Amino acid sequence: MPLDFYLNVAAGGLLTGLVYGLAALGLSVIFGVVRIVNFAHGELMVIGMYAAVLAAGSLGIDPLLAAPVVAALLFAVGYGLQRGLINRFIDRPDHMQFILLVGVAMVIVNGLLIAFGPDSQSAQVPYAFDAIEIGPLLLDTTKVYAGVGALAVAALLFLFFRLSLTGKAIRACSDNQLGARVVGLNVERLYALTFGLGAATAGIAGCLMTLLVDVRPQLAPEYTLLSFIIVIVGGLGSMGGALLGGVLIGISEAMAGFLILPSMKSMFSYGLLILVLLLRPQGLLGKRP
Amino acid sequence: MTTLLEVDNLSKQFRGLRAVSNVSFSVPEGAIVALIGPNGAGKTTTFNLIAGVMPPNEGEVRLAGRRLTGLRPDQVCAAGVGRTFQLVKPFGDLSVEDNVLVGALHRRPRIADARRHAVQVLELLELGPKRHQIARGLTLPERKRLEVARALATEPRILLLDEVMAGLRPTETDRLVEVLRDLNRDTGMTILLIEHVMRAVMALSSRVVVLDHGVRISEGAPAEVVADPKVIEVYLGSALESGEEGSGP
Amino acid sequence: MTTLFDQLTARGRVALGLFALALLAVPFFADGYLISVITLVLWFAYVGQAWNVMMGFAGQLSLGHSLYVGLGAYASAALFVHFGVGPWAGVWLGMLAATLAGAIIGTLGFRFAIRGVHFALLTIAFAEFTRIAFDHIGWLGGSGGFFLPVGDAAGANPFDLRGSPALFYYVILALTFGALALCRRLLHSRIGYFWLAIREDQEAAQAVGIDVFRAKLIAVMISAAMTSLGGVFYAFFYNNLFPEQIFSVGRSIELILAPVIGGIGTLFGPIFGAFILTPLAELVTWGVESAGLDMPGIKQIFYGLALVAIVVYRPEGVWPWVARHLRLVHQPGDQPSHRAGDRP
Repeated sequence: MPLDFYLNVAAGGLLTGLVYGLAALGLSVIFGVVRIVNFAHGELMVIGMYAAVLAAGSLGIDPLLAAPVVAALLFAVGYGLQRGLINRFIDRPDHMQFILLVGVAMVIVNGLLIAFGPDSQSAQVPYAFDAIEIGPLLLDTTKVYAGVGALAVAALLFLFFRLSLTGKAIRACSDNQLGARVVGLNVERLYALTFGLGAATAGIAGCLMTLLVDVRPQLAPEYTLLSFIIVIVGGLGSMGGALLGGVLIGISEAMAGFLILPSMKSMFSYGLLILVLLLRPQGLLGKRP
Repeated sequence: MTTLLEVDNLSKQFRGLRAVSNVSFSVPEGAIVALIGPNGAGKTTTFNLIAGVMPPNEGEVRLAGRRLTGLRPDQVCAAGVGRTFQLVKPFGDLSVEDNVLVGALHRRPRIADARRHAVQVLELLELGPKRHQIARGLTLPERKRLEVARALATEPRILLLDEVMAGLRPTETDRLVEVLRDLNRDTGMTILLIEHVMRAVMALSSRVVVLDHGVRISEGAPAEVVADPKVIEVYLGSALESGEEGSGP
Repeated sequence: MTTLFDQLTARGRVALGLFALALLAVPFFADGYLISVITLVLWFAYVGQAWNVMMGFAGQLSLGHSLYVGLGAYASAALFVHFGVGPWAGVWLGMLAATLAGAIIGTLGFRFAIRGVHFALLTIAFAEFTRIAFDHIGWLGGSGGFFLPVGDAAGANPFDLRGSPALFYYVILALTFGALALCRRLLHSRIGYFWLAIREDQEAAQAVGIDVFRAKLIAVMISAAMTSLGGVFYAFFYNNLFPEQIFSVGRSIELILAPVIGGIGTLFGPIFGAFILTPLAELVTWGVESAGLDMPGIKQIFYGLALVAIVVYRPEGVWPWVARHLRLVHQPGDQPSHRAGDRP
């Protein structure tokens, strides 16, 4: 098999992996600040996917253009969820928070099932079968758009946390909750903002994902687990780690699906997760606690 | 008196910060020794090194000649060291009696036997009337005594008490001092205590070891230590005040 | 055994006795549908009880218990289908496989100090890993499913667990009561108190001499072995196994519903939870259907809402609350023999 072929598969995996990474970034931000493991993350992402599919199907809007609106919608969902429900769980035991979000996830995924049915739906874009040639690589246009889009949103998020006042306040909150309270920050509001941002990020990742796969409700738990794997592999609370983890998983899935069996590709992801948990529990780019 | 606990040249660093450096002291069998020093002096770290919570970078701890260093906390307990935590850690959802029962089960595998022992220990610590309450509902002084009771129930050869007087009112402090003194006198229990409340230190201990910035700066009888200019300089001036704060004018 | 139900009031004992009698009598008056529903309820009560050993007693959250169900189911089914060995022998292989899997997960998790949510994710990862692996084992049917020869539904062959619904009903009833008695014994044993101590505060537990690693490992292994029995029952009751169903995360979550709703760490919680949850879910489904609506996920939505409601409003579960209000258990201060650690 020529080298070009492998390169193409790897590059495709890398671009898909960037979208995975973006979704995981949302999860990582929520965990890093609110200290809540969002077990409904894939569900939020799939809400984004359905929103994009609806926009494309009924209004003919490209998922890339729908992304900002979907982001706003999911921001509202996330903000409301944190404000109305999760904030009162901040000091509760881990397993209670986890069970709460398991419940939320069940409601969302089955709500989607009732609303849209179990069958796959897709967003039609005019460039669905186009390809872009870069050197030896021949890449699907959809993958390039999705990957570049994910990178751009990740960059924006990074800049938000570095430069904006709110972003800095949120970081202060994650470093030291008590300290943040003492200097007069409204921690509950910042948590809600953070959860909103994380949900919006998942929503955008969902929009980009519709360029790559068809959507069905059952994708939600898969994406939740995938995001977990990526975040743990990359390192909790590390934004670069989430992207790196996404790319790693994306490439390894593409390679495994191509070299062995497509149905066995996620076995590698789980295998990688188990290895990382055991050998480097703080993740590849995470700091030791 | 024979030496029971030997702390030999113990050192511990956290990310380059020397929390404990080359600390040595010993606790004779049947004695009450106090470990004092200002905040951040390395007292609790020393306790954790003895109890096996973390390994030292250098040095070792021996109990009656047996090396404790390298053992896990449960093995240190099995070797005969009972400890309390500065921030009390009751088994919150269990009853007071069951809290102590868990400690007693260590050397008494039969539940009935262990429960009898637990009740005795609770009486000793004057927690008898509270034994059917849920531990979470106890007041702070009661929880402090529960810590002591639970550690005592493991039937240790030496008790490590980490600030069990902190937060108590003077009358409560005096009461606990009396209980510990009785325990020491009646059963010969050896006690090593970290204490800020000088009133308790002076009343209880036969020897005092003073730490500052992880270094042992003084050791001797309470009266000697209080008179040591080095101690007065780094510590006692302020600590005496704060320690006596609770007792009022 | 005299202390089996000593925390129950006289009224509680009568209620429990009547409940047990009613359960024993079910096959004499109920129709096939009702028997199958209660069989399912008891199955969830049994497996929930098994899960509760790990989470409710020892405080270790597992969201991968479908792994042990699947291992028990496949091990006993494979022996039966390929070698003609009956389930009562197959049970041992199933328990061995599940206990071993539990030991591996526990050893890895606890040795490497993976705690809380990370441990839960580790358990999910192992279950998912196994699910995909079983999808590709042709000898066990792969993703196409593994089928047991359907027995004569009118007869009763307890040795091969083939026969009428009533036979299965009494088997799962016996398992449920057996698990209740076992858990009661465990909770009042030395290891049981060690588990409670670890659940409450691991550091303090270690300081009183408890070998935390060993105690937690025992909890996982017992829980896994008990759960695998539920898997054996599942295989012979349904006669078909699909990795996608039996090992799924969704199944793992279903398994924890009854104890979470009923009361984590309580003895009667898993049973109580299963008995209120399943009938209510059937009721909701019936209501939606009779309203002429087609909502395939409505039962799960109900379960999800129940989880949210319970952790928000009654995190200790429904059973302790009901037992308190109906005075089925002794209250703190009621009588001297009450011990708070026993959550009935």
